[in-house]
Amino acid sequence: MATVGRALLIIALCVALYGVVASIYGARLGRPAWVASGRRAVYVVAALCTGAFAILELAFLRSDFSFATVASHSSTTTPTFYKAAAAWSSQEGSLMLWVWLLSMWSSLVLFLTRRRLRRVAPYATAVLLGFAAFFAALLVFLETPFGVLAAVPAEGNGLNPLLRHPSMMIHPPMLYSGYTLFAIPFAFAVGALITRQVGAADWIRSTRRFALGAWFFLGIGILLGARWSYAELGWGGYWAWDPVENASLLPWLTGTAFLHSIMIQEKRGMLKIWNVSLVLATGILSILGTFLVRSGILDSIHAFGASTLGVPFVILITIMIAGSIGLVVWRREALRSEHRLDSLLSREAIFLANNLVLVAMAFVVFWGTFWPLIAEALTGDRRALGPPWFDRYTVPLALVLVLLSGVGPVIAWRRATASNARRNFVVPLVATLGMGVLLAALGVAQRPLAFGMFLCGTFVLASVGQEFWRGVGVRRAMTGERPPAALFSLVTRNRRRYGGYLVHVGMAVLFVGVAASTAFNNARDVRLDVGQRVAVGNDVFTYVKPTSRISTTSDGRLEKISLGSVVTVSRDGRTLSTLRPERSYFPSRDATLGPLGRFFEGEATSEIGLKAGLRGDIWAAMTPDKQALRPQIEEGDRVFAAASGKLPDAVEARLLGQALRGIADRYVADPPPATFRLITSPLVTWIWLGAIIVFLGGLIAIWPGGRDAQRRTARARHAARVAKELGTPARGPQTVSATGSAPGADLG
Amino acid sequence: MVPARKRRIRLVVALSAAVLLAVALVYTSVNSSSKAVSPSQLVTAQVGQSYQLTGKVLDGSVQTTPDGVDFRVRDRDGSTSVPVSYTGVVSDAFREDREVIVNVRKEGSGFVGEHDSLITKCPSKFTEDATKSQKS
Repeated sequence: MATVGRALLIIALCVALYGVVASIYGARLGRPAWVASGRRAVYVVAALCTGAFAILELAFLRSDFSFATVASHSSTTTPTFYKAAAAWSSQEGSLMLWVWLLSMWSSLVLFLTRRRLRRVAPYATAVLLGFAAFFAALLVFLETPFGVLAAVPAEGNGLNPLLRHPSMMIHPPMLYSGYTLFAIPFAFAVGALITRQVGAADWIRSTRRFALGAWFFLGIGILLGARWSYAELGWGGYWAWDPVENASLLPWLTGTAFLHSIMIQEKRGMLKIWNVSLVLATGILSILGTFLVRSGILDSIHAFGASTLGVPFVILITIMIAGSIGLVVWRREALRSEHRLDSLLSREAIFLANNLVLVAMAFVVFWGTFWPLIAEALTGDRRALGPPWFDRYTVPLALVLVLLSGVGPVIAWRRATASNARRNFVVPLVATLGMGVLLAALGVAQRPLAFGMFLCGTFVLASVGQEFWRGVGVRRAMTGERPPAALFSLVTRNRRRYGGYLVHVGMAVLFVGVAASTAFNNARDVRLDVGQRVAVGNDVFTYVKPTSRISTTSDGRLEKISLGSVVTVSRDGRTLSTLRPERSYFPSRDATLGPLGRFFEGEATSEIGLKAGLRGDIWAAMTPDKQALRPQIEEGDRVFAAASGKLPDAVEARLLGQALRGIADRYVADPPPATFRLITSPLVTWIWLGAIIVFLGGLIAIWPGGRDAQRRTARARHAARVAKELGTPARGPQTVSATGSAPGADLG
Repeated sequence: MVPARKRRIRLVVALSAAVLLAVALVYTSVNSSSKAVSPSQLVTAQVGQSYQLTGKVLDGSVQTTPDGVDFRVRDRDGSTSVPVSYTGVVSDAFREDREVIVNVRKEGSGFVGEHDSLITKCPSKFTEDATKSQKS
């Protein structure tokens, strides 16, 4: 099967290269048959990649250890769900996932645009197939997932236990969906520049939903990674400014900026150079993200040379950067704005400010991530920047960003008037002022940055809430619907707009959670004996008793040993929660560690004790003192070594199980002190809650409208075109005149 | 004000802000960053001096202590290693042969790790495939 998989990849590479040539040839010479053939090549590449990916997945599910990647990253004891997901835990598997997702998304967009964008699409096809050819070539020549082992092992290494977490298994497909979806607006922007079809109607409207999809999936991937870090890594944080985290954040930031600025191009024909630059930069950063993680360059600038992937990626990124700059310069005349910014007090100006803040954040993150390499290249010394450096810049920028996300939805297009300001800003400002007084009375103002974020968050909630309130009021006045029905029809009839508003609400909630949990958390690392207690903030943690557990697989083999604890948390003498943190040890395959010793020297994972609530989280992780068990383990190893070969395998396995049970029981009966990390942190749940609201809003904005909605949109576009030709501001059917707001404070 | 002049002023303000941000980034990154060193570069380390140590955890060197963990960090591509005594909880990813970064201070003949500074690189990333050499 490995040979078939490899053959499918080779054919996919050839078809992709053919498709690039056919698309460009057809477009240059005006041959529709060649263009259609190029588009069909994308479908064929998708089918071939699907076949290759299915073969790889089957190999993992069947534990076919003749595949080198299966032997390295799976085992017969790996649960079935994780076997399927283990395919993308390897370098070659993740690249396979990349090209498969790219081919599927490319097929979808080209199918949907098969009767539109006839001049742009062939070049976009060529670009998308160029990416597919690049990744297929990596898989064929450098990092094949179909390498086979000369001697097939009876058992594989297994999936790294740290990755055995549901969110970590969904995280890579989400991230890669985001990266590959951002390739689509990139490709269409290139096509638009080549053919001079740079108007909003030409390429932005056709690919906007894909850009929004990319933003949506990448955001989910980033949040799942943060959640995994919080729940699985045993350190209690969710963001560490790790280069791998930063790599995924960069295209998300520029993509967010793009989703806002294209609205200005759609409404006013402005910011064309900015928009194509943003989307090209986002596409490049998506490739850069994959490059950073996979090339080894983050270890050292010198490690990059040793990596097999470094040079090809640098060549690709160089071509993308040089080509993008060249195209924008070449088409600068066609990219001139149709209008100028009328006033700094307008929605356009707020969107522009929002864009500048997002791009500044992206630049800060980019600089901080690459600084070690820059310093090493310039001075020979590798230097690094820690989280405080990132926080110094990103926290104030985030404050401004959240504030702008409250101003944007309620300020008028073109020029805000005094009456507009009075009508839309009084309620949010009064709400913010009230919250400020309340929080100051509670002493929150002692942490000025967190205090500022709470005020900005309040402003956003009030301004967006006001928009919903007015919109529902107008619907009720028009139709007589009940409030829930009016809210439902308001949102479903203006999905982009109200989906976008929900995203703003979610981001405000998320940032409030980040600010509170960062500024007001209490954490302690302590070593406790059974019965000892320690105060963390206002709470008292008591180590009540130790626990132990031996887990087996469905076929009775030992999977892991868990040593844990029961910890009670009380406040003012009242028990708040009982936590059960534990540490699980997975057996090592290194036989030299001894029959018993290898069960305690393999990978270890923390199962945290967590009491999550809207007001705050109580979090505990523990590390048992294995040294206290060392004498029993060594004694057992000596006994088993002496009996080696003298006992039937089944008897030896049974005795081994009994010995491990004995050691685990000994740990409970005579527990040594254990080290705990104990954290109380307010509003962490708001981060996940905010993320859910953000993605709910994103989903509403992405969701395709029905025929009525499409007709309304078509009428609105026609009205906008007519208004533009007449030189007056557009007032299409989406204008909610009764609310006093201008239309289209929407996302996507 | 003449629109063209207004636009020019806005451009100058925007460019000035961008230049200021760039200068601040460069200045603070030069001043805030700590020098990352490998174990072999710490042979001549000064007592009391702080460093950001990078390397791999030496096989067989990890010893759990009442307050944390003692281990040796070796060069990524060499055998020179230095002892580190770290107080606090380590991440689940920490173990022998893993790439780590830790802020240390020379004390006596060894190094003391700064609390909460130990970072273990994600094991799913940057790793060469161990079975590659066996591939046919």
